[in-house]
Parts: sequence; C-alpha cells; structure tokens
Amino acid sequence: MILVIAEQRDGKLNRATWETIVGAQQLAGGSTPITVVVPGGKEASGAANDIAAARVKEIVTLEHDSLRGYTPDGFTAALQGAIGELAPAFVLLPHTYQTRDFAPKLAARLDRALITDVTGIKTGSPTSFSRPMFQGKLTADVAPQGPGPHFVTFQIGAYRADQAQRGSSPAPVRAMAAKLDPGAIRQTIEPPFQQAKQAVDLSQAERIVSVGRGIKEQTNIAIAEQLAKAMGAEIAASRPICDSGWLPMERQVGSSGQTVAPKLYLALGISGAIQHLVGMKGSHTVVAINKDPDAPIFEIADYGIVGDLFEIVPAMIEALKS
Amino acid sequence: MKIAVCIKQVTTREWQPRLDDGKTWIREQDAAFEMNEPDQYALEEALRLKEKHGGEVVVCSAGPSRVAQVIREALARGADRAIHVEDDGLANADAFVASAALASAMKDEQFDLILTGLQSDDQGFAQVGVILAEKLGLPHATIIMEVEVTAGSRGLRVKRELEGGWFQWVSMPLPAVLTIQSGINQLRYATLKGIMAAKKKEVKKAPAPAGLAPKQKILSLYVPEKSKKTQIIGGSPAEAAKELVKKLRDEARVL
Repeated sequence: MILVIAEQRDGKLNRATWETIVGAQQLAGGSTPITVVVPGGKEASGAANDIAAARVKEIVTLEHDSLRGYTPDGFTAALQGAIGELAPAFVLLPHTYQTRDFAPKLAARLDRALITDVTGIKTGSPTSFSRPMFQGKLTADVAPQGPGPHFVTFQIGAYRADQAQRGSSPAPVRAMAAKLDPGAIRQTIEPPFQQAKQAVDLSQAERIVSVGRGIKEQTNIAIAEQLAKAMGAEIAASRPICDSGWLPMERQVGSSGQTVAPKLYLALGISGAIQHLVGMKGSHTVVAINKDPDAPIFEIADYGIVGDLFEIVPAMIEALKS
Repeated sequence: MKIAVCIKQVTTREWQPRLDDGKTWIREQDAAFEMNEPDQYALEEALRLKEKHGGEVVVCSAGPSRVAQVIREALARGADRAIHVEDDGLANADAFVASAALASAMKDEQFDLILTGLQSDDQGFAQVGVILAEKLGLPHATIIMEVEVTAGSRGLRVKRELEGGWFQWVSMPLPAVLTIQSGINQLRYATLKGIMAAKKKEVKKAPAPAGLAPKQKILSLYVPEKSKKTQIIGGSPAEAAKELVKKLRDEARVL
C-alpha cells in the first residue's frame, strides 16, 4: 500500500497534494492501492472530501483537536501511530515547508529512509527516485536503503495536479482518531501572518525581468530596471538579491516568494537553483542571459545568450528602441 | 548560552561539475570548497546571540580532513572552539549518517541551542537539523527568520518562514534545534585579527561512530536532461541582443 500524507490548512487542501497523488499513481502502476491520510482537527474533513475525487482506495482523516494547528511534535506522534496501523510500503508527501519541518523527524523516529525533493520516479528493481543535487547542476538517481516504509517527498511542480486520475465515484472517507498526548507537544504556535501587504502582484505581470547574483552590485540593478521599462515588464529577483536588500522582498520569485507565470520571463544572471525555478517554470517563454553555459537556468530556457549581461542588456535596450 | 552551529563544507558556486569514474559522486580532487551559505547565516546568528546573551559558540562539522578549512574560517569569524567529526567516509554521507555522526560528538556537551543552515548547497537534503533534534530528544523549528530568547534564557520565540510570503511565530523551551534561513541577518567576514586568533582556538577531533548504515544510495549522478530545446543565440553582444529582441517580437510574440 502507498500512503499519501495530504496537507491542508483550515480545511482547504494544499494543491501540492494533488501533485503527490500523480506521483503515487505512477509508483502504484495501477495495481498497488493508495490511501490518503489527512491530518488535522475536525476541519480536515473538508480537505478529505476534496481529495476523495482522486482515484485512490480510501481517505483517512487523522483527527485530534491538537492537530488543528500544525506542530512538528503533534504531527510526528499522530502520523507515527497512523503509519503503524496502516503499514504502507511507501509514504509520499509534497516537499512543502511544512513537510520539511516534520518528515525528517518522522522518518528518524521510525528509523526509515527519507528521499527529499524528488522530481521523477524510475520504477524497476530497485525503484529509484531522481532528485537535484549541487544546486541543480547535477541530478542523482537515488534508491532508499533498509526496510520500509520508505519516505519520499516530491518537489513542487514535479507533477501537474491536473494529470491526477480521478475516480468514477468519490473514494470512501473514514476517520481515525489520532493517538497523541497534547502535553508532549513542546511547540506553541501563533497564527500565520503576512509580513507586509503585497503591493506588487507579480503573478499578474505579462512580462518579468528578473535579476540574480550575476548583477554583482546594487547600483547595477538600474540597468535591469531600464530594460524592464523598455520591455513594459515588472522587475523581480531571486532570493539572494532580496536578502541583500537590493530589491524589496515582495519582488522575490521562488518557493519563499511569489509564483509567477508570465508570457515572458527574462532571467538576468540567475543560475537557476531549484528554489527559484519552482516559482517561475510555468512561464510561457523563458529567456536566460548568463555567463555560465552550464547554469541550470538554460535547461528550462527557450532562448539563451551565454555572455556578459553588462554588454548584452544595454544592447537590448538599444535594439528595443527601433 | 552554550550555542552549537553545525556547518558543512560544500563545493563552490563557480565549481563546474565533474564526475568520478563510477559516476556516483563528484571528482573531489578537482573541486573547490567553501562554507555552505545557509550555515554562514546560522553561524552569524549564533555570534549575535552570544553578543547579546553571553556564553560560547562551538562549531561542529562532520567530514573528511578538508573540512578543517571551513572550521578555521568559522573560528576566524568569531566562534570560540570547534568539534570536527573526521572520517573520509563522511564526504558524501547521507542525512542520517551525517546527523548520527554529529549527534554522537555533540550529545555530551549539553548545548542550550543548536543552529544549522536550512539545507546544504550540495546534496540539499534539508534533513540534518531535524534528524539531529530527534536523535538528541530536543524540540525544533525550521526555516527561521528571527530568534528571540525569552526571559531567563529558558525558552525561544522564533519566526518561521512559510511559503508565499507568510510567517508564523513559534515558541518552545530550551534546549532546542533551529534551522536557519538565508537572509536572516547580514554576514560578517573574518578580520585579520580574527584569523590570527583562530590559530590558537581548540579544534577537538572526534571519531565517527562505527557501523553507520546509509539510508539512501546514489545509483547514478548525471548532468540533467534538458526539458526544453533552448535556442542559444551567438554572435557579439550587440548582434545577440538584436537577434533576441527580433525573436521575442516575431517568433515568440511576447513583446
């Protein structure tokens, strides 16, 4: 049996769960049954009814008042019990920030393998999982070692949610009471909040010029802004640029920033680390300008120029005038 | 506060990948190494907490002898002493082996707080800090952007980063483990005085525990297959720029 751990907040299913269903259906090969477990409080049933549309054997809500808000101690204890009861061969999760917070703890508690940030499955003997390494410069095919269940987390966007096979009728939903001691949860949580009002909604931009480490200095941001103006584009950046305060955080594209899908995404001096790519790979046309011909950004670019952006960008601004 | 920072030595950003003969790891002899970037932010946060609350900062690293380079750098930036779990087999250790090696060397130190970077720039597991917390029986929180020590140094209130610009404050008792997000602070660099002082600081060598079995095996390592056919536009910068603008207008029709 393959177990998928769904993610939800306030009864609303995280869409990345559907992507994990696609991975589970591929791994199952049409024969192995799939169960989806939805941890949470009473509100989990809302998300459970949503994911019940998938072609899976059953949905199990793993309920406890102490799971209403996420804590790593609470989730680890509850899921440890559920996995013991359900005895899956694989446990699959989306590689979200929440998964990253508890999955290593859960796997360590059970002393089982955890393969993270997976982008593809190669079924066979042994079945292996592809994942990026060295900032996306290399890919590794990795096989879990030791007894199961084996834990696997899928990179956001590795599968398309709309490719999930749906059942002819909704999968049965049943509730399982989570076994956990609320007194043993050491973390106390406050409600999630957004730091600043997002004044810029990059997800609506038709064109984006995005800058990375290759811009070298804060003063050089100006030439990227000139190019953006000439193209009628919004300016955006990879995380290191915003960390340095060269552009505001609200212009960050990537897993910790905004997810964008413009008609044109022009990446200036961006190497293309996974955390950035997950935020922009849905773009229609991707252009990469980078001095490193091996930069991973070229793997997803439609057009590329290998060269010095400080020579190319002024020439582009000139060419756009004609 | 007695603070530990776990640091990893990783290949530099400029390093061009070359594989070993077995195509399951990199050619280490060709590689240049540096301190993993998120770990640099963890070190900086530890130094700031020590400046505010007193105590000591101990850097811990598990790896082969080459790791001494980043340990020295951490000491030069201001860490007080170091623990090096030294073993050639740790060069490509998975997260379970690395955290077990660190846990065995750290368990008797009774640290109040342990910081790690949120993930490494080489294998990128994003697991070691959390597994370490589990092995040491400590509470943890990940992807931290702000650290507050509560009254009497008995607990922490930390700001976790969630996705898409969301955050959450989480409190927990000390001792605890945190994984630190890049950008939490502004890094300092080593001064000449710091570099000189580092030479006199203690680096304790610890053996890796025997019989650590990896939980994952790299079957093959390769340059990723392209998912798109990229048109690389050549010529002088002026020619390439002109051609690109033309293609974006006439072919892709996005301008």
